Amino acid sequence: MTLRKYLILLAVTVFGACGDVCLGRGMRDFGAVTSSNWHQLLTALLDPWVIMGICLLILFFCSYLTALSWADLTYVLPATAISYVLMALLAKIFLHENVTLEHWLGIGLITVGVGFVATGPSLTVPARHAREKSESAATHVARPKRTRSEV
Amino acid sequence: MTAAVTWAGIASIVFTATAGDVLQSRAMKEIGDLGAIRREQGLFQVVRRVVSSPRFMLGLFFMALAFFSLLVTLSWDDVSVIGPASASLTFIANAFAARIFLKERVDHRRWLAALFVAGGVALLAR
Repeated sequence: MTLRKYLILLAVTVFGACGDVCLGRGMRDFGAVTSSNWHQLLTALLDPWVIMGICLLILFFCSYLTALSWADLTYVLPATAISYVLMALLAKIFLHENVTLEHWLGIGLITVGVGFVATGPSLTVPARHAREKSESAATHVARPKRTRSEV
Repeated sequence: MTAAVTWAGIASIVFTATAGDVLQSRAMKEIGDLGAIRREQGLFQVVRRVVSSPRFMLGLFFMALAFFSLLVTLSWDDVSVIGPASASLTFIANAFAARIFLKERVDHRRWLAALFVAGGVALLAR
């Protein structure tokens, strides 16, 4: 794991948490959406908080796809789970939601879970690019260059 | 909204999010390391390869469904309930799906990580 890869995992964490909190803040202004007032969902797409949430979630998505291109799904998801801790803290600060002792216990469990996966390998199924590189390297080694006399 | 309706919303988020995650993960493994492709062939090639993958587009469709399910369910209850509850169940569903469909080696460390994170997220939802 390089520093660049850790930064991408950090981007997944921060953009994901901030995006969800912005969406939560935006949808709070609209009340319950049901089948009779579903068109409110379209109006919600014009709300500044929802727009900001969508922009942050697009950034989350780009960094998430990048992480998935070199790491397992079962590595990326727990490794970026700190975003739920960040989401709880942001919800307390900006949405004034209550953070209880149980919440702090949950935060502790998530941190331990992230610790389990962060110390292991990030990839157990080789990605195509890495496979192609190793295959071409193997071919290069197995098939020595022909000499001028052979040609 | 009743709790049953909220949980139905959460179930639809979990199903569509898991399907989206698995399809996207498979598509990204087929395409290869995006960072390496960008360095070697440029950003345009990265975008072209990603958007021309049918599996990626199907994954995107399921993720869009998950997003709208989340948006609707968020209007029924607090973000601090729906976000963590749907995420904790998605963790477990993803671990099973990754093992079955992506053939990932989910060893005891990854199962523990998934269970600890899912438990922590469930506590955050209370």
